[in-house]
Amino acid sequence: MTMTKKANEIKASEINESTPWQEMTIGGEIYEGGTSALVNTGEWRTMIPIFHEEKCNHCMLCVPFCPDSSIPVENGKRKDFDLMHCKGCGICFKVCAHKAISYEKVGA
Amino acid sequence: MAYSLKQQVEKPERFVGGHRLCAGCGAAITVRGVMRALKPEDKAVVVNATGCLEVSSFLYPYTAWEDSYIHSAFENAGATAGGVEAAYRVLKKKGKVNETFKFIAFGGDGGTYDIGFQSLSGAMERGHDIVYVCYDNEAYMNTGVQRSSSTPRFADATTTPAGSIIPGKPQNKKDLTAIMAAHGIPYVAQTTFLGNFKDFHEKAEKAIYTEGPTFLNVMSPCPRGWRYETEDIAEICKLAVDTCVWPLFEVVDGVWKLNYEPRKKLPVEEYLKKQGRFRHMFNPGSEWMIEEVQKHVDKKWEALLNKCK
Ligand code: SF4
Ligand code: SF4
Repeated sequence: MTMTKKANEIKASEINESTPWQEMTIGGEIYEGGTSALVNTGEWRTMIPIFHEEKCNHCMLCVPFCPDSSIPVENGKRKDFDLMHCKGCGICFKVCAHKAISYEKVGA
Repeated sequence: MAYSLKQQVEKPERFVGGHRLCAGCGAAITVRGVMRALKPEDKAVVVNATGCLEVSSFLYPYTAWEDSYIHSAFENAGATAGGVEAAYRVLKKKGKVNETFKFIAFGGDGGTYDIGFQSLSGAMERGHDIVYVCYDNEAYMNTGVQRSSSTPRFADATTTPAGSIIPGKPQNKKDLTAIMAAHGIPYVAQTTFLGNFKDFHEKAEKAIYTEGPTFLNVMSPCPRGWRYETEDIAEICKLAVDTCVWPLFEVVDGVWKLNYEPRKKLPVEEYLKKQGRFRHMFNPGSEWMIEEVQKHVDKKWEALLNKCK
């Protein structure tokens, strides 16, 4: 097999367990940022935070506490969780003083 | 400009989800907080010593970092960051790089207090324009909670197990922040996750934008190694500062400044009793251990107050 692409044209999304080495980048390098966003870590959850927008005053206190960058903010508003990445640690639930987040067993 | 959490969280995220750190990991909170302090128009080169953060944030081909990232070995994150910064200075002088780059090294306590210490000390002494951030979770968590020189006395670690022979780790925690201050570098600070992150953010910003070598030590609790419920991290950090176990201070050009004085200094057991690694200290007959910790914390706190006068 011949290499058809330059290393910096190979995208993380094209590399998987069955990709031959010739089609991978050399030296474990990656030429894009933030490719872990492709990974679903939401399936790790045993507990899930639930957002109650009507109670949120957008104080943003929960946002910097999230280890999984799963509380998006847009135009001064705290948006609903990014459940593809949230691991359900519950930190946000404890930090929110406005009861805008509840915390439940997955599938309960 | 006055600190505004609202403005800060509006910035584009530089450490994205999908990394494989444990649920509730303090290291990830530290990284997000530091990277948020960068001006959005500035670029960064991140150097990462071996550790939890490294094995979890860069699994080929998935990187959680939006910025350039180098995995260095356990012992040389300081040297790697210094080398990249030196190369940048030359390229900049020759006009081959135009953008502004900042150089940030991250290491856990294993990679910083212990294994990477000589390389960190050297990089600081040579005066590179870098920031070294230690996410201090007080043991080798990645390999299974072995004690480090940052592990506090009496903590139950797998290489210092609490039992009938020893009461957990026999030695006190190394005071690395003071050691870094003794290097005479322009900025050294100690912080953790508190409230609206004002203290954290301002320190990260100063560390990044002060010219020359700077050091930031961040208490970054580990729910697995410290054995507490993942959701309780904010409470653990608050108790650490309110008991003076982890005081918030900074050293600017050799001048020590206390950034937070608890309204009421709480007894250390408030902090200890929340964590499984100290559980044996609450057994009957173990009262002396809590007294020892209290004595040690009081002595360190008094000494800090004196330095900050
Ligand atoms: S539960 Fe944890 S991971 Fe999920 S959004 Fe809240 S803080 Fe983030
Ligand atoms: S802490 Fe609560 S009220 Fe504040 S932004 Fe988060 S969800 Fe909304």
